[in-house]
Amino acid sequence: MTSMFGEPIARLEDDRLLRGNGAYLDDLGHDALAAAFVRSPHAHARVVDIDVSAALDVAGLVAVYTYEDLPGRLAEPLPQLIPHPALTHGRTGYPLAAGEVNYVGEPVVMVVAQDRYLAEDAAERIVVDYEPLPAVVGVDAARAADYLVHADVPGNVAGHLVQSNGDAAVAIEAAQHVLELDLYVERSASTPLEGRGVLARWDTESRRLLIWTSTQTSTGVRAAVATKLDLALSDVDVITPDVGGGFGVKIVHPWPEEVLVPWAARRLGRPVKYTEDRIEHFVASAHERGQRHQVKVGFDDEGRVLGLDVRFWHDNGAYIPYGLIVPIITSTQLLGPYKPGAYRVEFSSLYTNTVIVTPYRGAGRPQGVFVMERTMDAIAAALRLDRAAVRERNFIRPEEMPYDHGLIFQDGRPLIYDSGDYPASLAKLKALVGWDEFEAERAAARDEGRRLGIGLACYVEGTGVGPYEGAHVVVETSGKVKVATGLTSQGQGHQTVFAQIVADELGVPIGDVEVVTGDTRAFGYAVGTFASRAAVMSGSAVALAARAARAKAIRVAAAALEASPDDLEIADGIVRIKGDPESGIAIGTVAVLSNPLRYAFDEAAKAATQFAGGDINAPPVAEGDEPGIEGREFFSPLRSTFASGMHAVVVETDPLTAEIKIVRYCVVHDCGTLINPRIVEGQIHGGVAQGVGGALYERMEYDETGQLQNASFMDFLMPYVSEVPAGIEIDHLETPSPLNPLGIKGAGEAGVIPGAAVFAAAIEDAEGIPVTSMPISPSELFSLREAAWQPGEAGGEPGENGGHGQ
Amino acid sequence: MASGDGNPTINDRVINQPQDGLFDVSLIVNGVTRTAWVPARRLLSDCLRHDLRLTGTHVGCEHGVCGACTVLLDGVAVRSCLMLAVTADGARITTVEGLTRPDGTLSPVQQAFADCHGLQCGFCTPGFLTAITAALEENPEPSPEEAREIIGGNLCRCTGYQNIVKAVLRAAELRAAPDQVDTS
Repeated sequence: MTSMFGEPIARLEDDRLLRGNGAYLDDLGHDALAAAFVRSPHAHARVVDIDVSAALDVAGLVAVYTYEDLPGRLAEPLPQLIPHPALTHGRTGYPLAAGEVNYVGEPVVMVVAQDRYLAEDAAERIVVDYEPLPAVVGVDAARAADYLVHADVPGNVAGHLVQSNGDAAVAIEAAQHVLELDLYVERSASTPLEGRGVLARWDTESRRLLIWTSTQTSTGVRAAVATKLDLALSDVDVITPDVGGGFGVKIVHPWPEEVLVPWAARRLGRPVKYTEDRIEHFVASAHERGQRHQVKVGFDDEGRVLGLDVRFWHDNGAYIPYGLIVPIITSTQLLGPYKPGAYRVEFSSLYTNTVIVTPYRGAGRPQGVFVMERTMDAIAAALRLDRAAVRERNFIRPEEMPYDHGLIFQDGRPLIYDSGDYPASLAKLKALVGWDEFEAERAAARDEGRRLGIGLACYVEGTGVGPYEGAHVVVETSGKVKVATGLTSQGQGHQTVFAQIVADELGVPIGDVEVVTGDTRAFGYAVGTFASRAAVMSGSAVALAARAARAKAIRVAAAALEASPDDLEIADGIVRIKGDPESGIAIGTVAVLSNPLRYAFDEAAKAATQFAGGDINAPPVAEGDEPGIEGREFFSPLRSTFASGMHAVVVETDPLTAEIKIVRYCVVHDCGTLINPRIVEGQIHGGVAQGVGGALYERMEYDETGQLQNASFMDFLMPYVSEVPAGIEIDHLETPSPLNPLGIKGAGEAGVIPGAAVFAAAIEDAEGIPVTSMPISPSELFSLREAAWQPGEAGGEPGENGGHGQ
Repeated sequence: MASGDGNPTINDRVINQPQDGLFDVSLIVNGVTRTAWVPARRLLSDCLRHDLRLTGTHVGCEHGVCGACTVLLDGVAVRSCLMLAVTADGARITTVEGLTRPDGTLSPVQQAFADCHGLQCGFCTPGFLTAITAALEENPEPSPEEAREIIGGNLCRCTGYQNIVKAVLRAAELRAAPDQVDTS
């Protein structure tokens, strides 16, 4: 049988999705009542009064709830999901505003009605009287702290953390060269095509709660809702339906709506559904990316970094339910594939009166990579060295793996890279993009009046963070194999890749394998899908569970065949003596043999009843054994794996209009062994498109009062096909991880991480003007040109006036 | 397939008088006449999804930008979130559920998406499938550049469009192949 692992097979989940038979959240619960929310129109205000009287005569209205109606723990602030000693002033919101609102979009009143139209009719008639307070918008206003978001949080500082390895100040002082950079990255957001949504059904007879939610963690939602509603965990189940994209935003939980809708469903004894609309997704879910950095770097004549000091300020929005994860990742993953010499990083996470900030694909890495790669380019420019050569000189060498940075990573464990070959990746990238031939290409273009630039950017991504995932594999008597893992899917092709793993490990046709994810009824222990961890964590758990099931099948078959287990193999779903295809028993039959039933309800069961034979001097199920061919295993790694990659882009900037066109985009990617190259490439494609968006188009346009001015797809410029490269050239390197049974590293976030960095480098190279803030629009590039222009100069000729040549 | 006959006809009949504020709307959806009593403000997308329970048509923005809700109205690709159900009364509508061939096999466009890994989360996919189906009726042999234009009005957040462009070209091949002739 051909091995499935590593094959670019077509996806198993596609057929039903292509037929329109997917089941996304709003496709469910046609009989449910609909919830809608009255949301704050102010970025910062006191809620003085709520008058619901005008809503009460809307036909179809079922219920109106304000904070005053919330009982018990529901009236407490939402959970601080990830506490940290440095998070000294963590604040979270309430499900419904408790007297104060801190961002435009914060839920204030919940309305339940017969359908969504009627719920919105009622919501519109509710009058909330606010006393506006000064709004804090943007990193700089938060730092200035002229006004406070939370009156009891001095300086707007939620948390402050310093990490260091060596004495960076001394190293920089002693260095031959010193540079300082001020860098800024604007907000963007995950923006899945499907927003959030939740449906809840309280079964009045079994007194159990069933929740469907468009989430990245069904187990997390289950525990949170059970706690908030004072229910036993075993009385709540959470099912993740098809999810129309996540990209980080749906790992946050519980959302206000995620506790309110189940509460209302229980209270009303009727199913209730909430489906977020697009404007709500912009103003009431989560954003990321906004950070300002100050860098001081000391380096030698060869461009080797001797000391690096980074201070940054992270905009965490109105509340910080997800803790300091994003800035911690920025502060550690900033280092990329490099040895920084002595390193010191210090950050403050700051409150602003804007939408909360939680991980968006890349989760703090795009900013960190932007900072480090801008620094590498600045060093190369200062020394007039080839930018690739400077990077090469700072790389951690393959023989230095595992490499300990002497810092603590986001999982609270040492930042130790497990494997990687950065010089090999760079060599591949240079060949792929034509790095060494680019000056000739630039010159030829210049002769045609075209202005080209090239940039590259490198990253290392900690993937597959713990603590654990688990899986259950059961062989049915039909020979079908049911696989369950607790983490959720949002389009990554988990059904396919996990089936590939099981088909190989168990020795069954892939068509016989069926995978369920994110359903607490099928598997109750899980963490969630984030940090490019699904393949590493659940993939490994699925492999271990399949191995356990295989061992059991071999053991049972060996007894039946009176053979030694060592002489048996499983291929094409048949357990057989090695090299003797005629000798075997179908694995479904082995499942029958493993389960000595009392009742024969079909032919297979008849063969297995305890009356059918066996050793009458032994119990039908041996001591320590159990019926069935099953495996249930958990995978819990020592540390994260570290995937890596390098991107290069060639851009053309219009000398007149400053339009920025992508000429060529190249990716070298190392995520360890590949389960399904086609799916990995799809992940890269999508990531690159989001990287393009973050570099050239996407930003959250808050005005000074905290109103989001571009909260629609008309105004928030998410890339269409016309904005993405016509081709993305990809080359893979495979350095297997030693930290898991399959050698895999995560791939989900990789494509987006170096986006801002690589475009900044290429535009700077084309223009000869430093690029220090992303994203960059044609208007902004035009302004940079104007600012850089000095009388008597011909204007930025690439490679000539800035030392940006290679 | 409704998209294939080239003879769009909108039945301009007078809309029935409302009863209790509801209008009787009749739509020929995927070849089957369906009726629903809806308020005047009911979006066509909501009517299809929640009244007729054809949930393959998705709603991604409700302001006509993302294209996820695209259906074929008398063979023409339209955004069902920008249209009221009452204004579609009498029209012939093809949703993603109606793209599949009568024998249950996938249409060339659907098959091409499976072949080319043209979808990830699948939420935007129905809008792409319907839009591409209509476009290939107009232009059965698109160039790579035309393939990009065909999908230029639909948003996808997962795929970076790379494999969707390939799927457009693959679908054109499948349509042209003798053993894949459209049955409509």
